[in-house]
Amino acid sequence: MPIDQANLNPKYMKGRKLLIEQVNIPGIETFDVYRKNGGYRSVDKAIKTMSPDDVVEEVKKSGLRGRGGAGFPTGMKWSFLAKPEGVPRYLVCNADESEPGTFKDRYLMEHLPHLLIEGMITSSYALGCNLSFIYIRGEFMWILHILEKAIAEAYAQGYLGKNILGSGYDLDLRVMPGGGAYICGEETALIESLEGKRGNPRIKPPFPAVKGLWGCPTVVNNVESIAAVVPIVNDGGDAYAQIGIGRSTGTKLISASGNLARPGVYEIDLGLSVEEFIYGDDYCRGMANGKKLKACIPGGSSVPILPHYLVTKTAAGEDRLMTYESLSDGGFATGSMLGSGGFIVFDEDQCIVRNTWNFARFYSHESCGQCSPCREGTSWMEKVLYRLENGQGNLRDIDLLAEINKKIEGNTICPLGDAAAWPVAAAIHHFREEFEWHVTNKEESQTRNFGLSKEPVGA
Amino acid sequence: MKLHVDWNKRHAEKRELSPESLAKVNELMTHVPEGKHKSALIRVLHLAQIEFGWLSIETMDYVAELLKIQPIEVYEVATFYTMFHLDPVGKHVFEVCRTGPCMLVGSDDIISHIENKLNIKVGETTEDGMFTLKTAECLGACGYGPMLQCRHKNHEFLTKDKVDELIDAYRSGQFES
Amino acid sequence: MHRSGVMIKVTIDNIEVEVEPGTTILNAARQIGGEVVPPAMCYYSKLPGTGGKCRTCLVEVAAGSTADPRPMPKLVASCSTNVMDGMIVKNKTSEKVHENRGGVVEFLLANHPLDCPVCDQAGECHLQDLGYEHGSQKSRYEEEKRTFDPIDIGDTIKLHMNRCILCYRCVHVANNLTENRVHGVLNRGEHAEISTYIENAIDNDFSGNMIDVCPVGALTDKTFRFKSRVWFLKPMEAECSCTKCSGKVVLWMFGNEVYRVTARKDTYGEVEDIEGKPGWICNECRFEKKDTAKWNVTGPRVVDRHSVISQGKYETKIDSPTKNIE
Repeated sequence: MPIDQANLNPKYMKGRKLLIEQVNIPGIETFDVYRKNGGYRSVDKAIKTMSPDDVVEEVKKSGLRGRGGAGFPTGMKWSFLAKPEGVPRYLVCNADESEPGTFKDRYLMEHLPHLLIEGMITSSYALGCNLSFIYIRGEFMWILHILEKAIAEAYAQGYLGKNILGSGYDLDLRVMPGGGAYICGEETALIESLEGKRGNPRIKPPFPAVKGLWGCPTVVNNVESIAAVVPIVNDGGDAYAQIGIGRSTGTKLISASGNLARPGVYEIDLGLSVEEFIYGDDYCRGMANGKKLKACIPGGSSVPILPHYLVTKTAAGEDRLMTYESLSDGGFATGSMLGSGGFIVFDEDQCIVRNTWNFARFYSHESCGQCSPCREGTSWMEKVLYRLENGQGNLRDIDLLAEINKKIEGNTICPLGDAAAWPVAAAIHHFREEFEWHVTNKEESQTRNFGLSKEPVGA
Repeated sequence: MKLHVDWNKRHAEKRELSPESLAKVNELMTHVPEGKHKSALIRVLHLAQIEFGWLSIETMDYVAELLKIQPIEVYEVATFYTMFHLDPVGKHVFEVCRTGPCMLVGSDDIISHIENKLNIKVGETTEDGMFTLKTAECLGACGYGPMLQCRHKNHEFLTKDKVDELIDAYRSGQFES
Repeated sequence: MHRSGVMIKVTIDNIEVEVEPGTTILNAARQIGGEVVPPAMCYYSKLPGTGGKCRTCLVEVAAGSTADPRPMPKLVASCSTNVMDGMIVKNKTSEKVHENRGGVVEFLLANHPLDCPVCDQAGECHLQDLGYEHGSQKSRYEEEKRTFDPIDIGDTIKLHMNRCILCYRCVHVANNLTENRVHGVLNRGEHAEISTYIENAIDNDFSGNMIDVCPVGALTDKTFRFKSRVWFLKPMEAECSCTKCSGKVVLWMFGNEVYRVTARKDTYGEVEDIEGKPGWICNECRFEKKDTAKWNVTGPRVVDRHSVISQGKYETKIDSPTKNIE
C-alpha cells in the first residue's frame, strides 16, 4: 500500500527545505497565514531595496538552473530578454507539468500557491514585466481555482495591481489553462496556446526572448524555477549556491513514482546520493513489497532508462548522485539525465518492452503532427513496439526501431522528437536481450516477465 | 486504420452560456491586451464544456461568435486539445491515466475493472447515459496512481474496491458539481 | 527589394554567393540555382509563414559564420535559417544530409497511398520527385496505413487526405487571399488532417489557388479529374482581361481543347510574379474558361522544372512566341 502523501511531513525529511518547509502549516494557502510565516518578504526586499538588475544578478549568482527539464541557467535566460523601448515584455510561468513521472509543480501550487505568486511578482519586477501569466495544464483546473483565489488576495493586499507597495511598479498576473496537450510544455507551443491557438511549436529562431507572446520579448520559466527565486532573493544568491555540488546548486523537488515503498514529492539538496534517495528512511524507503530494483528513469519519461546496475553507481563504480552532472555521467551509453526530477522506479516484475511501448504511445499521442519526422516516426515506433510487446514482432523490428530513432533525433522542429526517440534507443541499448526474448519466446512473453537483466561482463 | 466520425451526432441544439459564465467570459477578455481576446478561447471552451457536458458544432460556433473569431479557429483548437469532448458523453466522464508510472502500479487492471463493472469499453457510454469511460495520458499524479479524473476532480490511489465505491458514489449523486 | 548595400557571403556546396542580410539558406541557394537548391515541400516564398515543417530542406552547416566558425550540431531547415557572413553550407555534398533527407522521404511516404497511377498530380508531384531521388525501392513500413475518404470541398476541388503531407500551404493561401478561412488543420499528431470540420464548401473567388500550392495530389481540380495525364498536354501561355486577377495563366491543351487552367509557375513550382505581385488566378479563369475563344494565347509555356512534363518537350527556349495559335 502506498503511503498517502498527507503523511509525509517535510519537517522530518533531511536537508534544508527552501520551498516546501511550510507546506503543512494549516491555512498556508491563505495570504494571511503565508504572510505571517514570512511570505512576500522577497517582494518587499526586491521592490524597496533592489533594482531589477540587482535581482537578476542574485539569480545569476545562485546558479539556479531551469527546473522544467532542460537545466538551462535561469539568470542567463533572463539576461537574454530583449528590452526594446516601448514594447511590453512578458513573463510566463510554465505550469503545464505533463512529463510522465513529474508531479512536483502540482504539489507546490496546490499547497503553496502564494509561493509561486510571490516568485512571479519578484521575477516580473526583475524582468520589467507589467503583465505576467501562469499557464497551467487544463487537467489541473482545481489548482487554477486555488491560484485565482490566491491572486485575488494578493491584489487585495496591494501586492498586485497598480503601484505595488507604493513603488510605482504595476503588475497584473493572470492564470490561463491549457486543454490537454503535453506539447504545450514546450515554450513556443505554450505561447501559441496562450494566444488561443493549437499548440504547434514555433520554428526557432526567433527565440521567445526576442519574439514571444504576441510577438513581444518573453521569458518562460518552470513553476519550481520561479518559486526558487523567493529564497534566492531572501537569502542571497551566494547562500543558495552554497547548497549542492558544482554546477548543481540549491535544492530540487523530486517526484518519485513507480514501485517504491513511499512515492511522493521530496525536496532534496542536489548532491544527495541516489542510493539514499531510493533506500533512505527519510526518502522513498526502498522498493515496495520487498521487490528488487530492475530499472530507473531518473528525470521524467524523456530521459534514458538505467538498468539496475547503473542506478546507484556510475559505470566507473562511483556513487551516482542526484545532480545534473552525476546522473548524466557516462553519456548516453551508461548515463541518463536529471531532467525534470520525475524519478520513476521499476521493480523486477515490470516489462521493459511494455513500458517502452507505453511511452512510445504517449509520445505518438502527444505529437502535434506538424513536422514529418515526429508525426510519422513516433506513430511508426508505437506500432512496431506494440507488435513486439504482443508477441508479433521479429528481430528485424528491433533494428528498425533503432533506425527510425536515428531519423527522428535532431531532425524535428522541437525537442519532442528527441524526447520520443531517446527512451526507445536507451531501452534497446540496455535491455536488448529482453526485446529479443519477446521475439524468440513469443508465447512465454505473453504469460510472464523477463525479469532482471544481467550486468554485462566487464561493465 | 480509419477514424470514423458520425457527424450527425456532433450537432445539438444551440444553447447559450449562463449569465455567470458570460460574465466570466467578459472578465477574461479584460485579462489580455486589446485585440488579443482570442487568448481566452481555451478557458471559454472549458466553461462551455462544464455547462453543456461536451462541445457540439453549434456550441463551438457560438463560442466563435462570443470571441468574434472564425468558427474554424475554434474547431482547430477544440480538436487539438484532448480534454474537449467533441461527441456526446455520459453525465460522468471517467478519464483513467494509462501512462507509464500509473501502469507500473496497475492502471491496466483498473481500466479493465471499470470496463467490466460498467459493461462498456474504453470510449463508450453506459446505456443509462450515466458514465463514459476514457483513458488519458499522464495526468500528473504519478506518485498517487492508479488514478482517474472526473470533471476536474482527481481520485487517486485507486483499488478495485475504491473504484466500486466511487461508481456508487457518482450514481447516488455524491459528486454532483 | 530593399537593398542595404551590405552584402554577406555564404558558401553552399563549394559555390560562393553574395546575398542580402536576412536571406535564408534556401533562398541563397536559389540565387545560385541548379543542383545545390534543397527541395522544399512546405516552404512557399510567396506565402509568409510557410516553412519549417516538412524537413526535406534540411542542410548541414559546416561553419556558422566567419565570427563563429563552429559547425551547427544538428541539420537545420534551410528555409527558415538565415545565412551569416562566412557561413559554409553543405547540401548535395553532405552524406548526412543525403541520409537524413532519405529518412524524411521515408516518413512522408510511410502512410502515403502510392497511388500515382490514378493520381492527377502524377508528373508534377514534388513528392514523386523526392521519391525518385531519395526513396528506397522497398518499403519498411509494414503497418496498416491511415486512410481517409476523399471528399469534395466545394464544387471544384477534391481533397484526398490520404495523399496530404500536411505542409499547411493551403491554410496559408487561404489566410493570405481570403477574409474568412473555413478550412484548417484539425486533430493532432498522426490524426491531423486538412478539413472544414463541418461539411462546409470552400467558396470564394480564389479558393482554386489551393490546388496550385499543393505540392502533392491532395488538392486537385475536379474539372480536370481523370481527364488526361499532364504530360500528354501542351502548356500554353494565355491571357484575358479579368477584373478579379491578372488574367495571365497557363492553358493545358490537347489539340485545340483546353483541359485545365493553372497559374504560371516557376522552377520551384511556385506561382510566378506578375507585375510585381504573385500571379494568383481567380476561380472564374481557372474553372470557367475552358475555351480558347476566351483567351489570347500568346505562345508555348516553357516548363522549366525537374518533372516529366519538361522532359523532351521544349528543350530550347523559344524566342518569339507565336501569337494567337488559332
